[in-house]
Amino acid sequence: MAEILKMHNIYKSYFMGEEELEVLHNVNLTIHNSEFLSILGPSGSGKSTMMNIIGCLDSPSAGMYILSGNDIDDLDEIQLAKVRNKEIGFVFQNFQLLPRLSALKNVELPLIYTGISSTERKKRATKILERVGLSEKMQNLPNQLSGGQQQRVAIARALVTEPTILLADEPTGALDQKTGAQVMELFEEINREGRTIIMITHDAGIARYAKRVVNIIDGYLTE
Amino acid sequence: MLFESIKMSWENIINNKLRSFLTMLGIVIGVASIIALITIVQGATKSISDQVNELGVNKITINAMGTPLKQGLGQDDMINISKVDNISGISPTISGRSGIVFNRKVIESVLVEGKNEVYFKTDSSLLKSGRAINILDLESKNQVAILGNNIVNELFYGVDPVGKELIVNGTTYNVIGTLKASSGFGIGSNNDTVIIPYTTALRSLGVKNITSLDVFLKDTNLADDTVTDIKAVLNPAFNYKEDAYTVFNMGDMIESLQSMMSMMSLLLAGIAAISLVVGGIGIMNMMLVSITERTTEIGLRKALGATPNRIQLQFIIEAIFLSIFGGVIGLILGSLIAYVAASFIGIGFSVSIATMALAVGFSAAVGIVFGYMPARKASRLNPIDALRSL
Repeated sequence: MAEILKMHNIYKSYFMGEEELEVLHNVNLTIHNSEFLSILGPSGSGKSTMMNIIGCLDSPSAGMYILSGNDIDDLDEIQLAKVRNKEIGFVFQNFQLLPRLSALKNVELPLIYTGISSTERKKRATKILERVGLSEKMQNLPNQLSGGQQQRVAIARALVTEPTILLADEPTGALDQKTGAQVMELFEEINREGRTIIMITHDAGIARYAKRVVNIIDGYLTE
Repeated sequence: MLFESIKMSWENIINNKLRSFLTMLGIVIGVASIIALITIVQGATKSISDQVNELGVNKITINAMGTPLKQGLGQDDMINISKVDNISGISPTISGRSGIVFNRKVIESVLVEGKNEVYFKTDSSLLKSGRAINILDLESKNQVAILGNNIVNELFYGVDPVGKELIVNGTTYNVIGTLKASSGFGIGSNNDTVIIPYTTALRSLGVKNITSLDVFLKDTNLADDTVTDIKAVLNPAFNYKEDAYTVFNMGDMIESLQSMMSMMSLLLAGIAAISLVVGGIGIMNMMLVSITERTTEIGLRKALGATPNRIQLQFIIEAIFLSIFGGVIGLILGSLIAYVAASFIGIGFSVSIATMALAVGFSAAVGIVFGYMPARKASRLNPIDALRSL
C-alpha cells in the first residue's frame, strides 16, 4: 500500500510569553493509503496540534512532514491552501456548516475554491449527499437538520473534493451515543470504499472503530 | 473566481439587509448631498448666466464720468470709437430728468433718455406699439418720443398714446411708440422712461454730454482686444486721466460670475465629500464587525482551501458593493432633492453625466479604500485561531 503521509521527527513548540512550551516531541508517523487511523489522547495531550499539522493549518517547529509526496515546509500560503483543498477533507466537532447556506451549498463550498463550474459542483454535491443518505434534505438550512444530519453534511463536504485524507476532529463530540455510532458506521463504510481516514478523539470507545489506534500523551506518540 | 466572489459578497449583503442598509446610509447621504448641491449650484449658475446673457454678452458699456475739462463723451468720441474694429453698432445714452405733461396731467422728474436707432435694432422685442427711432429722426433732431409702460398707464389710461402730443421739458413731442413692460429689476428696466432721439436730447435737454455708450461687438471672442482699442481712443481724449471713464465688458462679468459659482460648487462639494469620508469609515467599521462575527467562517473557508487573496477579494467586493449601491441610491435621492429644490427656487434642473460618474466613481473609490484594510485583516486570519473561536 502506498505511503501517503509521513511525519519524521516532528517537534512543535509554542511561546507563552517568554516561556517555550513544547507540545509535540519527536513524533514519527507513517500512514498508508486506505488506512483508518485514530489518534487517541486526553485533552491537552497535543492531539489538536497534531490535527493542525496534518491538516496543513499549522507547520511544525522542526522535523519533516510529507503529504502526498509534497514536503509541506516548502510550500507557501497559496500552495498550502491548494493542498488543504485537494488533499484534506476536514470534519469538525461542531460541524462548522455555514448557517445561511443550504446543505447542498455547504457541500459545494470547497469545490468553489477548487475552481469547478457551478453545474458540475451541483452534480458532485448532490451525488455525495445522496451517498450519505441526505437526498431529501439538500435544500434545508443547517438549523433545520438534526445534529447527526449536520455531521453527515459536513462529511459530505469533506468528501466532495475526493481528498487523499478525511481528517476528523472529535466527529462525535457534539452527538449523542446512538447518532455518534451511526456516524462512525458511516466512517467505516467510507473507509471500506478505500478512503484514508484520520480521526482525532479522546474517546477510546470511538477510537475502537478505527483499524489502527495511536495514543498521544503529553506530546509523545505511541503505537 | 471573480463571479463566485461577487456572488458570495452579494449573498452576505442580502443576508444582513438592515445592517447593510445602515452601513450604506453614510454613503447615501454623502453622495446625495454632493449631487444635490452641485446640481442646484449648476442650475443657479445657468439661470443667472442666462439672465445676464439676455442683457447682452456682445456688449461693452462705456460710462464716462469725465474730467473737469471734458465732462463726458461727445459725438466726436462716438465717431472715433465707431472706427474701432469688431464693432457692429454703438448705442449712446444721454439721460436727464424732466417733467412731462399730457392732457393737463403732469409727472414730475421723469427719466428722459436720448437713444439712437441701434438701441432698437439690438432688441426687436422692445417695442409694444408704434415705431422705433430711425436715422431720419436723428438727423432732423425730430421731437418724437417713445414711452415706457408705466408712463403709458399713468398718462394715457384707456387712450392709445401713439400719435398724441406730449410736452417734455416745455416742448411738444409726438408720441411715435410705446415700450413693452420690462420685467427686469433696476438695471434694464425702462418702464418709467421716455425715450427720444439722442440728437434731440443733446439740443433740448440741456445735457451736453453722452453719459454712456453701449458698444456692440461682431465677435465676442475678441472683446478684450476691442476694449483695448477703445481705451486707446479714449485715453488721449481724456488726456490720460484715470477714472475719467470705465469700460465694462458683459462677457467678463459672466465669466467672473461663472468662476465664482464654480468655486462655490467646489466648496460645497468639498463639504459634502467630508460626509462621504464619514460614510467610508462607516463601511470600514461594519466590515470589521462583520469580519469579527465571521471569524469562524473565514477560518473554515481557509481550511477548505480558500487562498488569502480569495478572502480579501470577497471582502473588498462586499465593501465596493455597499458603497456603489449607496452611491446609486444617493444619486437618485440627490437628484430628487435637487429637482424639488430647483422647481421651488425656479431654476433649471439637469444632472450631468459627469456629476453622475463623479458620484458613482467616488463611492466605488470609498469602497476600495475603506474596504482594503478590513479585507486584508480577514485574509490574514489564522485558520486555527479562527476555528478555535467557536
